[in-house]
Order: sequence, then C-alpha cells, then structure tokens
Amino acid sequence: MYDKIWESHVVREIPGEPTLIYIDRHLVHEGTSPQAFAGIEAAGRQVRRPDLTFAVMDHSVPTKNRELPIVDDSARLQYCAEFGIRLYPMGDANQGIVHVIGPQLGLTQPGMTIVCGDSHTSTHGAFGALAFGIGTSEVEHVLATQCLQQDRSKTMLVTFRGKRPPGVSSKDLILALIGKIGISGGTGHVIEYAGETISRLSMDARMTICNMSIEGGARAGMVAPDQTTFEYLEGRPFVPRGREFHVLVDEWMYLPSDFGAKFDKTVELDATQIAPQVTWGTNPGMVTSVTERVPDPNSFRDPDEQKAAVRALEYMALRPGTPIVDIPVDRVFIGSCTNSRLEDLRAVARLVRGKHIAPTLKAALVVPGSRVVKAKAEEEGLDRILREAGFEWRDAGCSMCIGMNDDVLPPGERSASTSNRNFEGRQGKGSRTHLVSPIMAAAAAIAGHFVDVRELGVDVTE
Amino acid sequence: MQPISKHTGLVMPLDRVNVDTDQMVPKQFLKALTRQGFGRNLFYDWRYLPGEVPNPEFVLNFPRYRGASVLLARANFGCGSSREHAPWALLDYGFRVIIAPSFADIFYNNCFKNGILPITLADAQVDEPFRRAEATEGYQLTADLPNQAVSDAQGLKFHFDIDDFRKAVLLEGLDDIGLTLKQEPDITAYEQRHHPQANLYQAVDFTQ
Ligand code: SF4
Repeated sequence: MYDKIWESHVVREIPGEPTLIYIDRHLVHEGTSPQAFAGIEAAGRQVRRPDLTFAVMDHSVPTKNRELPIVDDSARLQYCAEFGIRLYPMGDANQGIVHVIGPQLGLTQPGMTIVCGDSHTSTHGAFGALAFGIGTSEVEHVLATQCLQQDRSKTMLVTFRGKRPPGVSSKDLILALIGKIGISGGTGHVIEYAGETISRLSMDARMTICNMSIEGGARAGMVAPDQTTFEYLEGRPFVPRGREFHVLVDEWMYLPSDFGAKFDKTVELDATQIAPQVTWGTNPGMVTSVTERVPDPNSFRDPDEQKAAVRALEYMALRPGTPIVDIPVDRVFIGSCTNSRLEDLRAVARLVRGKHIAPTLKAALVVPGSRVVKAKAEEEGLDRILREAGFEWRDAGCSMCIGMNDDVLPPGERSASTSNRNFEGRQGKGSRTHLVSPIMAAAAAIAGHFVDVRELGVDVTE
Repeated sequence: MQPISKHTGLVMPLDRVNVDTDQMVPKQFLKALTRQGFGRNLFYDWRYLPGEVPNPEFVLNFPRYRGASVLLARANFGCGSSREHAPWALLDYGFRVIIAPSFADIFYNNCFKNGILPITLADAQVDEPFRRAEATEGYQLTADLPNQAVSDAQGLKFHFDIDDFRKAVLLEGLDDIGLTLKQEPDITAYEQRHHPQANLYQAVDFTQ
C-alpha cells in the first residue's frame, strides 16, 4: 500500500537524490508553523496551494473561560489570512486538535499524502493515507512548493491476530506493540497494521493505533481502507457526494497491499493475549500489563536500558516490585489526539455513570478532541454523566497532553493520562505520567489507583 | 544555512539513551516566533534548578565542557516531537556535529535543514570517544565531511556513511526550497496530470 501511494505521488525522481513527492493535504497548527510562514515572507515567496493547506489552533488554546480575551497567541497564525489559507480559529465550530478535525471534516482520505508539522500526523494513516510529521523547514518547503524531498521508507507489517478481548482498547494494542518492538523499533519504517483484530476496529480506534506509530519510531502507520473507512467518510464536508463518491471508492479499493506483498520487517501479536496496559517509566516503551508489577531494572539485559530504567523509576518515584494496581493517581486526563474522540468519551461515560471520582483525586479532566465531538457528546448527554461523576468538562484542544496552556500537571503529581507521551516533564515540569486507555483512566479516576477494567465488565464499544 | 565541511571542536558526552526533543526544548519555549535564541533553553529542565540556577550535576554545566561544539550521544537521539526547535537550540548553543549510534527520523532530517552534521557510528565505536572524553579534559574530535571521517589527536579514526545528496546539501549550505522551485515545470505537470481526473486533489467543502 505504501508503495502504491508513493508511486502515484512521485513528481520527479533522480538517482542519487531524494525523490520529490506531491503533497495532497498540508495541515498547519500554531505550535510549530509560525517560523515557516515568516521564512516564506522573508524570502518573498508565495504559498503555492493555499487551497490544499488548512490551519487550526490547538496546541496552546485555553480549554476553559474562552470568553476571556487571550493575550498570548492571537498573532500566531495571522499569516493565514495574508496567504489565503483556511483557518479554524478558537471560536470556530469546527476547531479542535488538528488530527481530530482532519478526518472529521473528511480532509483525510485514502491514498492521499498528508503532512503536518507535528509527529502525530501518523494518525491520518488510519484511512489508508500516507501521513507523517515534518519539521518546520519542511513545512516551509511544502508551503512554497506543495512538494517534499523524501527518501523511500522501509516497510513493516504488524499483524494483530485474534479477537480483541472485552475491556482491551486499541490503545492497549499499540502500547503492547511499542513495549515489544521498543521506541525505536520502527525507525526508518512505515508500519502497516493488519489482521482481523484491526479490521474489526472502528475508525476512531484505528486512529488511536496509527497515532502512536511515531512512539514506536515509525514516521507513519497505516491501515488498509475498507467498508468501515468508506462509511465513516461518506457525507463528510470535504468528501464528494453521490456518483463522484462511488468513483472515489472504486479507486480506493485498489489501495490495499496486494496478496503476498513484501515487507522489510514483519511483527505478529496475538491480540487475545493482550491485557490493559499501563506505562511505568518515562517513554511509551516502558510499559507493562495492569496485572504485572513495576519491573526491577536488573531484569533488563542491556546496560543502557538498565540505567534508563533506574533513572525512570527515580523520576517516577516508583519502587520495583510494586503491583501496578497499587499505584495511586492524583489527576486524570482524558483527551489528546490519541484518545479524545466520540467512541472514547462514550466508553468513559458508560464506565463512570452513577459513580464518583475518588475523594483522593485532585482533578479529573475530559477534553474533547474537537468542538464537533464536544457538541455531539453534549447531545448524547455524556457531559452531564461525566460532570455528575466529578469530571471537569472542557473545550477542545491539546490541553494537558503537552501543557502549553494552563492545563498542567504540578511537580511530583501523578496522572493517568490517555495521551501519547510520558516523557519527563511532558505534562508539566516534574510531572509523572502513566499512559493508559480511556476506560483505564476512567476506572483509575473512580478508584484512585489503577484497576484492571476487565474486572468491571465494561467494553470499549457497546 | 551555514555550510559545514571540516569541523574540530570540544566534545561533550551526553550519556543517555532515547533523549527526546521535549528535553531539548520544553514546550514553554515553543511560543517564540523566530528561530533564534533557543540556546539558553537547551535541555532546560535538566540544566537548571528552580530559579534558573545551573544544575552542577548536569554535564552541560561542567566547566570543562564549556564551549563544546561536538555532541556525543547515545541511541535514538532526538525521538519524540517533530519540533525543529530542538536543532535550532543545539545550533544556537554552539553544537555543529552530533555523533550517536542512531537518530530518530524526523530529528535526523531536521539537522540537515539547519547545518548540523549528524554522524551515525556503531555502538561500540561510540563507546571509545565517550571513554576518552570523560578521561581527557579538553578532548576534541574532528569531523571531516568530505572524507566522511571522525578522528582525534590520539589516532582514533572512524569512517561514517552519509547519503551523497545530504552531504552535498551540508557542504554547500544549499537552500532546498530554492532547489525545488527550480523543478516548477515538473510540479505543474504533475498537477495537470492529476487534477482533471480526480477530485482527490481538490479540497472542496461540499456543505457550502
Ligand atoms: S494532543 Fe498532544 S500529541 Fe496530539 S497534537 Fe496536541 S500536543 Fe501533539
């Protein structure tokens, strides 16, 4: 599939040079792109295809008290108007995290090349698109030329076999994979996720998996488009209607990898054996099952890994041998481009209905991925259920995933978070993050410590 | 972009695997609107104690490594966020060469856009300069890009591999946007080839 998309986007190929490939969609956010626009302007250049470029405010927008004027960031995407680029600013009904609104608007479609100055652009691969994060200089390059110089990646096939057990989320599948291959296991590769476990997943769940490809070192992750994909897309704002839609679907059917296609690497996982996952360290590869204990650094063979584990446990203030379910949490964050879609919020609401967050909890935040998700959730009354259970219901944005606005985790505090990075200081200086699925986070909020959601009899879907 | 060809400089060893770009430039500094001035925030949370007091235990603050321009690192250097602020900060601080057993993809790319030479050596090879840098104060390394070699004054010499095109970009300090713009006719031809037959390449909001 990667090869098919690649080949249909080659603009120019010269031996010994990187290939020039065409970019179908360029997404821009306020976190990494202002310098690129400034560069374009300084060089007196134009944006080649403002119509294929879409901008959104997500990284640093506040998620509460939006009626107050924001001092900080209003100027950051002023360039959009200047260059004729469509912007979804804070007050827009479609505003949200860039990787949530792209698919939601139907900007993301199978077979496309999609880039954004953000490493989680891999999310869009869930639609059978080639989508990857780029640096600011590359953002500038795409703005000016709508092309990118790229070397062909290696390919990696990850197959999940068997049926996903109830209570085990797509988040657990991807964390288990990263635990297995390590955080650089996918470096230099584009991952294709396949197998019956994957084809049974909803689009929301597939996005969670592709989203975290970068956490395994792979720049892109993709899932072959199928009926689930087409049904999701039909009727979305940027998706053609009627006969034209069916013409497109016919094209998209050719995208999946041919039977017997060759991959540079293959990995297989048995989904039936995967339990809910919890990270214990300071990168997403430091992860284990909820039924396990915090590992002993001496159990790692590699001396570098041993050192890293010692350091991570010190930072996380965890003792080897502690059962994961005995780890208490101070705050819970449900949100981010990994897990803030409607399916996530529905599952959380089902779990917490009629219950209340633990008295020991300092706060529990739910931040929908987009204002559309927020509106739909409110229509279904999810906000009420969550509020009654003691959760704060916020407006859309990146929020505590990165802590660029006021939503930060104070030093020394411990969170159960549905985001994608548990790096030192990610959610705030000195903060201690445990990555989990939305229902695992919700269950931790109710109990005040981690619990195995499988014991609660709640699944991700109804 | 400043070209780089042969560079000799003081070596600073950073003995940690999986150093992510969040550590190089924490998010509170992403709000700046320019590419300059990030050097003072490089490795902020490791480097400073509360009140921006330099942390004497962090290697960057060791007096013997002041003025270092060659960064010796461990595997998977630059993983995580795509933020180009990371190479901007490294460059602004004064690093021109980074040597590691492996780099994360996006970070590796970003180095070439900013005149930083990332050198990949085998794990065992990297161990040697680590030992020497820790043993010898003032330890320097020379990175010779035209000849693709790393060497020191005590006779250590390693060959490294690098893509020819990328090598040329660094040697000449090429502006790759300018280069691509020269391919304008090819880009236009591509657009004409693809646009008529597929709505894929247009973005229309059908609700309006
Ligand atoms: S939610 Fe987090 S990971 Fe996703 S785009 Fe925002 S800051 Fe990046």
